[in-house]
Amino acid sequence: MSGHSTYEPRTGVEKWLERRLPIVRLMHDTAVSYPTPRNLNYFWTFGAILVFMLVVQILTGVVLAMHYAANSAVAFQSVEAIMRDVNWGWLLRYMHANGASMFFIAVFIHMFKAMYYGSYKEPRELLWILGVIILLLMMATAFMGYVLPWGQMSFWGATVITNFFTAIPLVGEPIQTLLIGGFAVDNATLNRFFSLHYLLPFMIFGVVILHIWALHVSGQNNPLGIDTKSEKDTVPFTPYATLKDVFALVVFCLFFGWFLFFQPNYLGHPDNYIQANPLVTPAHIVPEWYFLPFYAILRAITFDIGPINSKLGGVIAMFGSIAILVFLPWLDTSKVRSARFRPLFKIFFWVFAITCVMLGWLGSRPAEGGYVLAAQLFTAYYFAHFLIVLPLLGFLETPKPLPTSITDAVLAKNGGHAHPVGAAASPEKH
Amino acid sequence: MANTASPADPTRRDFLYLTTGAMGVVGTAAALWPFIDQMNPDASTRALASIEVDIGAIEPGQSITVQWRGKPVFIRNRTPEEIEAAKSVPLAELRDPLARNDNAAADADASDANRATDGMENILVMVGVCTHLGCIPLGQQGEYGGWFCPCHGSHYDTAGRIRKGPAPENMHVPVYTFVNDTRLRIG
Amino acid sequence: MTKTMIRWAAAAVLGVGLGFGGFAAVAQEEHGAEEAHAPTHFPIYKPEYVDWSFAGPFGTFDKGQLQRGYKVYKEVCASCHSMSLVKFRNLAEEGGPGFTEEQAKVLAAEYTIVDGVDDSGEPLERPRELKDPFPSPFPNDNAARASNGGALPPDFSLIAKARAVERGFPQFVFDIFVPYQEQGPDYIHALLTGYQDPPEGVTVPEGQYYNPYFISGMSLAMAPPLSDEVVEYTDGTPMTVDQYSKDVAAFLMWAAEPHLEARKRLGFHAMIFMAVFAGLLYLTKRKVWRDVAH
Repeated sequence: MSGHSTYEPRTGVEKWLERRLPIVRLMHDTAVSYPTPRNLNYFWTFGAILVFMLVVQILTGVVLAMHYAANSAVAFQSVEAIMRDVNWGWLLRYMHANGASMFFIAVFIHMFKAMYYGSYKEPRELLWILGVIILLLMMATAFMGYVLPWGQMSFWGATVITNFFTAIPLVGEPIQTLLIGGFAVDNATLNRFFSLHYLLPFMIFGVVILHIWALHVSGQNNPLGIDTKSEKDTVPFTPYATLKDVFALVVFCLFFGWFLFFQPNYLGHPDNYIQANPLVTPAHIVPEWYFLPFYAILRAITFDIGPINSKLGGVIAMFGSIAILVFLPWLDTSKVRSARFRPLFKIFFWVFAITCVMLGWLGSRPAEGGYVLAAQLFTAYYFAHFLIVLPLLGFLETPKPLPTSITDAVLAKNGGHAHPVGAAASPEKH
Repeated sequence: MANTASPADPTRRDFLYLTTGAMGVVGTAAALWPFIDQMNPDASTRALASIEVDIGAIEPGQSITVQWRGKPVFIRNRTPEEIEAAKSVPLAELRDPLARNDNAAADADASDANRATDGMENILVMVGVCTHLGCIPLGQQGEYGGWFCPCHGSHYDTAGRIRKGPAPENMHVPVYTFVNDTRLRIG
Repeated sequence: MTKTMIRWAAAAVLGVGLGFGGFAAVAQEEHGAEEAHAPTHFPIYKPEYVDWSFAGPFGTFDKGQLQRGYKVYKEVCASCHSMSLVKFRNLAEEGGPGFTEEQAKVLAAEYTIVDGVDDSGEPLERPRELKDPFPSPFPNDNAARASNGGALPPDFSLIAKARAVERGFPQFVFDIFVPYQEQGPDYIHALLTGYQDPPEGVTVPEGQYYNPYFISGMSLAMAPPLSDEVVEYTDGTPMTVDQYSKDVAAFLMWAAEPHLEARKRLGFHAMIFMAVFAGLLYLTKRKVWRDVAH
């Protein structure tokens, strides 16, 4: 943050590299001496967990691609060959399938943390927007990955999602035909989805690097939401944040492992163990759980809005529910970041969180009767939260007084007993 | 500093750090193994054990090539002259003194008797892959009237033994049995 | 002061109102489903729980049960249902029914397979070997439909993972902690033992059989396949429909998930390792952070 690097090359190799490619300095500044606020809680470990999950997904994915055949005639059988015959194939495939779910669990927690503590506010708007782009890329990657096993849900999920595009007036159908490479989802669709499913994670990786870069320019937010004022407010990333992150990561792996080893099919749908059949639609088409809130919003628009028919309206609402996140930094008019000092926002935050959970549950229900009405109510609040509540709260709410600095708040919490060390000084100095 | 300012019990602290670090290394290594082992042949490949071949129609002096485990297998009905030529070679002249026959002992010598089966010594069965770098040798060519590998010039005799050129070993004889006089089972 | 209170009240009214509206709408829906006269949601009855040996984190298959289940499949189900992803070698693999390789070879050789062509180009038939899959009763789907009144008997390789009755709230939350993954075998057992006479006033279409446990309707095209003593057990196990159903459901679970035992065993070791590692990491982290107030 302060901009100057504390790295000093010591060994010969480091000195040689320093004059040619200062990559050791980059690593040192990024992961060793980088000052992190001393008061971060465990919600701040999800960044590291997400990097880990991205690596796990890429590694297992590369390995699965060595055995998978992207051809509609044999794709289903090749996945089963992985499950039955390839050495450790069942482990790698369950890791990849459940890993996607874990990735989304972590990313949702990461996002709600940012919303609760106002991490998207000035000067971190771009950091947040890059995160929304990562979310979009993740959703595209996960959707296309789910098509690859070529089960019933793969096929019909692909059919339904690509039909979104037919909602666009005039050019919709040509666009859909272009995307799926035929008049219906078929081998051509499977092949291009495999290609893109392999490509997108590397694009995610690229945006993640930008995301981390932006983070290191603006510095991390913290539970108090106030800026770091001096070196006293921070500790060096290594060993403090590193160890905390690794500990949280292993605890997260225990959670991952519970699903991976003891209920690997809990988060999947049984119909995807039936080979794709273009002539039979499953009784209920349900997307993967992490798409359910968005799916509920899509289905909630059952009425025409002026010239926009309900089909186009649903698609607009669904994409709008993600697009609106991009504008969040400007929709929230309050200057105070953390919900700790915003009593009213705190309530609405939880209303919003419950709304998202309820939308998720409603997305898994059949679209009938009371479920539709409920989905419409929650959809209305989802948008009202961003478009009405957040802009108004900034004017109506009286925030609690903010502490003068992170260190003061921490010492007050600890009753002044803790050692007020200048922890920002790197441990390897002296 | 946090990790320098505890003079109380440095041994316990070091022990904790060492154990944690060691577990991290062991755990990572164990987790990586499936990613490597998945590249080994899978269960269905390992199970492709055997094929049966009809050899009744192979006249003396003719060969057929069949595919077994993805590789060509030469089955040659040798003429009496070829058998005689192979038998007359002194063992000391052979480049590779071992039979390389999976049906015989691992240290069996490369005599013609050890290359074929007793009583059916006219039938020579071997994996048709040059032991140099894996090309397929051409039949009835080369200086010894056996096989010649065009890639790098290895010459094999009428018992498939390496006689000249860069190949280090005699061509390998796979496990096989005669189901009856006209059917051969490889693998 | 009053101003703040008004704001709080407004927020509370909005939150509670939203919640009530949503929940009321949902409750109405759930209530409506029960009231409906003709059932529209299937199955009519949810399957009962069976006490499976392979359930839970330490579950293992009962080899005797898998062997009996294979017998039931082979003598009853296999006349209509294929199992194209299961190979005879699987029968002798670890974590399965525990046949020896010799036994599996004998079982395989009972069937033939067309494999390649002879030198004149005619298809070559030979006995099945360990590497070959279970034989399919019909050459193709159309033949299967033609012999079964238009209904296609599904392949059984994955059936135990491809069928699951929806759990609903709150069971689906508890299932995580149990952990409950046996919906498939529970369903198969319930279906096979669930055939009964239709209740009064319900007419079952021609060629269909009433079964309130069937997942996608109140009747299905499969006649009750099992009856007491239809398969001979030599180990003294009761030869009842209930026992047959359990055995074949366990066998189908193994067929769908042949590495289940290996998965749970590895899982136990991995979880213990990670729990200890997490504990050590926590101590290390605490030690490093000891002198930093946070």
